[in-house]
Amino acid sequence: MRGIWKAERLPQVTLATLSMKGDAMETSGDSVILEIKDMSKEFGAVKALKNMQLKVRPGRVHTILGENGAGKSTLMKILAGVYQPTTGSITLDGHPYAPTNPQDAAKAGLTIVFQELSLCNNMTVAENILATREPSRGGFINDKALVRKAAELVKELGLPVSVTDQVGDLSIAQRQLVEIAKGLSIDAKIVILDEPTSSLSDSEAEILFEIIDRLKAKGVAILYISHRMEEIMRLSDDITVVRDGSYITTRDKTEVTISELIALMVGRDMNEIYPPRDVPAPALSEKPVLAVNGLSRDEEFDNVSFDVRPGEILGFFGLIGSGRSEVMNTLFGMAQASAGTVAIDGAQVKITSPVEAIERRIGFVTENRKEEGLVLSHSVESNISMVALNGFSSVLGFLKRKREREAANAEVARLAIKTASLDTIAGSLSGGNQQKIVLAKWLLTKPKILILDEPTRGVDVGAKFEIYKIIRQLAAEGTAILLVSSELPEVIGMSDRVVVMSEGKVTAIADPDQMTPEKIMHFATGFTS
Amino acid sequence: MSDKSAASAAFKQVMKQYGGIFLSLIVLCVIFSVTNQRFMSVANFLNILQQVSVIAIAAFGMTWVILLGEIDLSIGSIIAVAGMVGAQCFAFGMSFVPALILTIAAGAVLGLANGVLTAKFLLPSFIVTVATMGIYRGMVSLPTNGAPAMIMEPSWTAIGTQSFIGIPIVIWVVAVLFLFNHILLSKTKFGRRAYLTGGNREAALYSGIKVDRLKIIIFMISGVMAAISGVLLSSRLFSAQTNAGMSYELDAIAAAVLGGTSLAGGVGTMIGTLIGALIIGVLNNGMNMLSVPYFYQLIVKGLVILVAVYLDVRSKRAKQ
Repeated sequence: MRGIWKAERLPQVTLATLSMKGDAMETSGDSVILEIKDMSKEFGAVKALKNMQLKVRPGRVHTILGENGAGKSTLMKILAGVYQPTTGSITLDGHPYAPTNPQDAAKAGLTIVFQELSLCNNMTVAENILATREPSRGGFINDKALVRKAAELVKELGLPVSVTDQVGDLSIAQRQLVEIAKGLSIDAKIVILDEPTSSLSDSEAEILFEIIDRLKAKGVAILYISHRMEEIMRLSDDITVVRDGSYITTRDKTEVTISELIALMVGRDMNEIYPPRDVPAPALSEKPVLAVNGLSRDEEFDNVSFDVRPGEILGFFGLIGSGRSEVMNTLFGMAQASAGTVAIDGAQVKITSPVEAIERRIGFVTENRKEEGLVLSHSVESNISMVALNGFSSVLGFLKRKREREAANAEVARLAIKTASLDTIAGSLSGGNQQKIVLAKWLLTKPKILILDEPTRGVDVGAKFEIYKIIRQLAAEGTAILLVSSELPEVIGMSDRVVVMSEGKVTAIADPDQMTPEKIMHFATGFTS
Repeated sequence: MSDKSAASAAFKQVMKQYGGIFLSLIVLCVIFSVTNQRFMSVANFLNILQQVSVIAIAAFGMTWVILLGEIDLSIGSIIAVAGMVGAQCFAFGMSFVPALILTIAAGAVLGLANGVLTAKFLLPSFIVTVATMGIYRGMVSLPTNGAPAMIMEPSWTAIGTQSFIGIPIVIWVVAVLFLFNHILLSKTKFGRRAYLTGGNREAALYSGIKVDRLKIIIFMISGVMAAISGVLLSSRLFSAQTNAGMSYELDAIAAAVLGGTSLAGGVGTMIGTLIGALIIGVLNNGMNMLSVPYFYQLIVKGLVILVAVYLDVRSKRAKQ
């Protein structure tokens, strides 16, 4: 469906117009245009980058490969002048390079196309592409020259947009292409592309790949970031792997395989930080409490099917944009599915609001506890009783404060929430304790199905272990758990089976013998089982 | 013994929470009693309470709305509409009880319109109520082409002029509505949900609170409170005036904010709002007794509001 829709809207583009006035095509292995030596970056006590090394050569595509949070974005932001490194040095064209803002980077001939769009939706394509560099005379913008210059560039790049269109009227994919055009509108020696294909369809990605090929031919160096392995193998000349902020290795594309790269990227040993199961996982032959079949939502996810049994911990893994959280939001009634069915205890249900989800005894610990989980300015007690409030009020709606307090106290004790009192403001507690409050408010509703979206994000190691123990205990009591996480070790360490998603589709439901980091990463980058 | 300690604990709690503005109120009373000997008398205090009644009741409604992180600028106009509905009911020969019911229902309907436009059409309440403030104000003049309408119905005018057990009926009305709103806000599930939704709308939504419905009901409460204010005002004036209640929404907001209601939502109490309304009442009364010219009164009132809110914010910040 999705592919067809995009294909219809996009005219076939021919790319024969780009003139080849490039300089010498330097592709030999010796010259280096950009070199990073022993670079580190610390944010307070957090080391985002350690001992980073990089050698980028002109006329080659150099891919930086790493998991979410491995330090790729920090590296790019340092190159763009957004951050300054704590230690280490950068040389560009043989000269020291220390940009203190993005303008410095642009002057030095380095352009960066970020993943997040930075376009003004209320302006035209031309105005965006040439923003801050509009052709002008005496302070007045020369609109004709503006449109002409932008049109030349768009034509040269072969983009399927008109420069007089409002950016707000374009599709997300077209906007991404405009963003790229904006980045290429200055004569750059180095172009950084941060996940440029994340919102492009295959045909649009082709346009980008041809642009990249021609930039290469002109001798431009390209730093490329992506999670899609086929794309990386197709485009790259050199590949540098980073993990946990550290430089791991740089390889020539011809010397490595995809599985080697994935192993290098995931690398770390599984620590003994996941409490083992006390009771065995339920057999697959048992009746599922939740069965999802062919669930789809336009532009978000497509044909998602899985089931989960009482007492089972079903992991969900996928990279950013894989659609995991969107599936959970839809199950909980925050968004409506466009196709597919959901059955609870064998009976088909239609959940159109969180109220209905809660009535069906689904709990949802959301991804962002500060935005969707807690009322930070209110007490621990009123946060804990928030969902189960009906249980603490009389027929006339008067609160039964004593019962509320007892129940909240019991949860504080059970989950070992460290708080001075029940009247303490929730916002003043540590991340781990806040997360336990969110868990507590759902546990009071005694859910049959509990969705945990990134339950240990921003939580310290000690509290993490306690949360894992709580999850294990809930499963032992018969709660079906959907555990969504971007942390691969967490998903593997806690789950009985893992649903792997990539770009809105389930690429595999891994059972225990498939649950290795390499295999799951393989599925998460788009390969199906 | 235990009663005594419970009472003193409750007093401490009130002082902790409202110390700043309570002090402001006492300081004002002291200043006015020093400058004018007639200020400190039972008769004058009953007078202040009567004068402040219209604002106080409207401010109870406003407190709910602000608590939710919204605003209702149309209440001044609803006050005028209520008076005119009452006057027209009597012009058509209705008796007291149906007229009263219709008047209050009118307030509920106007509040419903504000609520639906805000919650269902997703318009900002500031814009919605700026618009309805004008619309409702214009509607007041429809039956009479802009002329005031006399109200001669004795049971209606008795509300504003008669007493019950030595205390003016107006004050009884304020007391009953204060208790009603205070209990609804602090002792019920509904009140708790208003606090939670005002504190974090997203979290409330994910926790199964019917946020839209809550919002609509609260705008209706605001409309009903304004309509009751309108009944009191028209009964004291023996007429429905087309410019009645003009800019009362600002006094109601000032009373709520003086009382510690946070414009960001999630924080506020009816006790605080009552004290806030009393500060405004004492200021008006005290300056009138001193024959301070009206324009000076405006300046002083604005300054007092700024100082009181500043002191309150500072004391709360110090506690954190």
